[in-house]
Amino acid sequence: MIEIKNLHKSYKMGSNSLHVLKGIDFSVKEGELVAIMGSSGSGKSTLLNILGMLDEADSGDYHLDKVEIRNLNETKAANYRNKFLGFVFQSFNLINYKTAMENVALPLYYQKVGRKERQRKALKYLEQVGLKEWAGHLPSELSGGQKQRVAIARAMAAEPKVLLADEPTGALDSKTSYEVMDLIQQINDQGNTILVVTHEPDIAHMCKRIVHLRDGVIEKDEKVEQVRASAYV
Amino acid sequence: MFDIERWQEIFDTIRKNKLRTFLTGLSVASGIFILVILLGFGQGMRNGIQAEFEADATNRIWVWTQVTTKEHKGLNPGRFVVMNNENYDYLTTKYNKELEYKSSIFRIRGGLINYKKESGNYGIQGVSPDYQFIENQKMEEGRFLNYRDLEEVNKVVVISTKVKNELFKEEDPIDKILQLSGINFKIVGVYSDEGGEREENRVFVPITTAQRVFNGGNRVANLSFTMQPEENFEKAVQASNKFSAELETYLKQFHTVAPDDNGAVHVFNALDEAKRYYTLVDNIKLFFWFVGICTIIAGVVGVSNIMLIIVKERTREIGIRKALGAKPWPIIGMILQESVFVTAFSGFGGLIFSMGLLELLGPNIEVDYIVNPSVNFQVAMTTVFVLIFAGAVAGFFPAWRAARIKPIVALRDE
Repeated sequence: MIEIKNLHKSYKMGSNSLHVLKGIDFSVKEGELVAIMGSSGSGKSTLLNILGMLDEADSGDYHLDKVEIRNLNETKAANYRNKFLGFVFQSFNLINYKTAMENVALPLYYQKVGRKERQRKALKYLEQVGLKEWAGHLPSELSGGQKQRVAIARAMAAEPKVLLADEPTGALDSKTSYEVMDLIQQINDQGNTILVVTHEPDIAHMCKRIVHLRDGVIEKDEKVEQVRASAYV
Repeated sequence: MFDIERWQEIFDTIRKNKLRTFLTGLSVASGIFILVILLGFGQGMRNGIQAEFEADATNRIWVWTQVTTKEHKGLNPGRFVVMNNENYDYLTTKYNKELEYKSSIFRIRGGLINYKKESGNYGIQGVSPDYQFIENQKMEEGRFLNYRDLEEVNKVVVISTKVKNELFKEEDPIDKILQLSGINFKIVGVYSDEGGEREENRVFVPITTAQRVFNGGNRVANLSFTMQPEENFEKAVQASNKFSAELETYLKQFHTVAPDDNGAVHVFNALDEAKRYYTLVDNIKLFFWFVGICTIIAGVVGVSNIMLIIVKERTREIGIRKALGAKPWPIIGMILQESVFVTAFSGFGGLIFSMGLLELLGPNIEVDYIVNPSVNFQVAMTTVFVLIFAGAVAGFFPAWRAARIKPIVALRDE
C-alpha cells in the first residue's frame, strides 16, 4: 500500500538547515496497523505529514497504492488526499462552527457527494463511533474523547485507503485514550490500513507493528503481539 | 457560481457566523447610506436654489446710468449720462428676436399722491406694459397698462395693494381718480408683488404719459429687459452675457463714454448673478461628493479590513479543509463568494433604505434652500458595485495566500 525509498527531508532554520529525515525505507501492506514511535524530534510527525501529502519530501520515492507521489501541485495533492487519505490529528482540528455531523460530512462535500447522501453517511459513521446522539452538537460541547471520535468518523467518512493518525491520544487521558484505540482497532479489524504516530509505548503496543524512529532513521521495525484496548475499557 | 451545494455551504457559514457577517454588512450598508444621503442633500440644495431664483424672472437685465469718470473725446469727466427713447427704440428693434419682455422706465421723484383727503409719498414710474412680467407682478383687480394707453398717452395708473390699503381702505379703487403730483389719473388696476412692502411702494403710469406730463422729454432713467428662454442654462447665460456686452458698448458709444469707463453705464445681469449661485452650488455638490467618496473609501477600507481578519481567522479552517481534500481555487471561490454575497446584500440594503428614506422624507423637508433631496440611481448603483468590487479584491489576496500555503502550516496556525 505504501512504499517509501530513501526519503530525505530537511527544514531551514534560519541560516542552518535541520536534517530531519535521513533516508527512510519503509513499506506498509494493506490492512496493517502500524505505530511509528520515537521521542520528540525524531521525525515521526514529519514522516506522517509527508505520507499524508501535507508536506513534501526533498528526495526519495513515495508510492501510495501504486501511484507515484511526486511534484504535486496543490490541486493534485488535494485530489489524492481526498481519495486516498484520512487524517486524525492530536488537536482534533474540527471546524468549530460546524456540528459533529457537518464536520463528518465535510470530506464528502469535497468528493462531490450530494447533501442527502452526505448526511446519511455522516450519521452512519457517527453511529460507528458511538456518537449518533451527538450529531447536532458543536465541537465545543463535546469532551476531548468525543471530539477525537468525531475526527475519526470524519477521517473514515471519505472511505480512505490509509488512515493517518498523528498522536491521536496525545491530548487525552488514558481511559479515553484506550477508548480511541479500541475504535482504531475496530476500524483496522474491518481491513483498513492505519498508521499511528505516538510516543506512548502502551498505545504503540496496541498496534500490530512498531517502527522506531531515532534521529531521522529507522532504528527498529518489529511485529508485536497486539494488545486489545477493549480489555482496558 | 450556480453550484447549489456551494451556496448551501456558504449559507451554513453565514448562519453560524452571524456577528462577523453582521459587522461586514453594517460597514458596507452605512457607507452607502451616508453617501446616498449626502448626495441627496447636495441635489436638494441645488433644487432649492433653483426654486429660489425661479421666483423672480431670472434672466432679467437692468440698465442704469451715472456720471462719467474718464475724459473721452474732449469731454470732461463728471458728466451725467442720460438715456433716451432713441436708445430704447434702437435696442428693442435690433434685438427684437432675442428679447422677450422690454420696458424703459421714467421715474418721477418725490411723487405725492392724493385721494380725497388721504395722501402719501410713493414712487411714480412710467413703464411699458411688459414691465408687469419683468417684475413678476400679479394683478389683484382690474388690469395692467396696455399698449393703447401708451399710444394714446392715457392718464391711467396702476396702484399696489399697499397703496390701496393706505389710501382707499375698504373702498374699491377701480375707475377712481387719483392725483399724482396734482395731476388727475384714472386707476385701472391693483397689483401685488411677492417682493413685499418695498416693491409695492410704487405706482405705474404709461411711460409716454409720464414723459409728457412730468416734463421728461425723451429722457429714460432705466432700461429693463428679459431674454427669450433658451434650451439650457448655459446657453441662456451665454445669450444674456452677449446681449449685456453689446448693450453696454452701444450705450457708451452713443453717449460718448470711454469704453473702459466703468462708472457711467451699469448693466446688471441677473442671470450672471444666478450663475454665480449655481457655481457655488456646484462647489457645494463637489464638496458633498468629496465627503461621500471619502466615506466610501472608509467603507472600502473597513470591508477590506474585515475581509483580512476573516481570512486570517479562517486560516486554520482552510488548512483543515485542504487536509480533507479541498482544492485551492474552490476555497478562494468560497471565501470570495461569501464576501461578495454579504457586501452585495448589505450594499443594496443600504441603498434601498437610504433611497426609500429620501423618497419618503424628501418632499416633506421644509428648509430654506433645500428642496426635494434626491439622488441619481445610477450613481448610487455604481458606488455599490465599487464597494463590492473593493471588498472582493481585498478578500482575494489573503484568501489566495491562505489557500496556497501548505496545509501543514495552515494547521499549525493558532
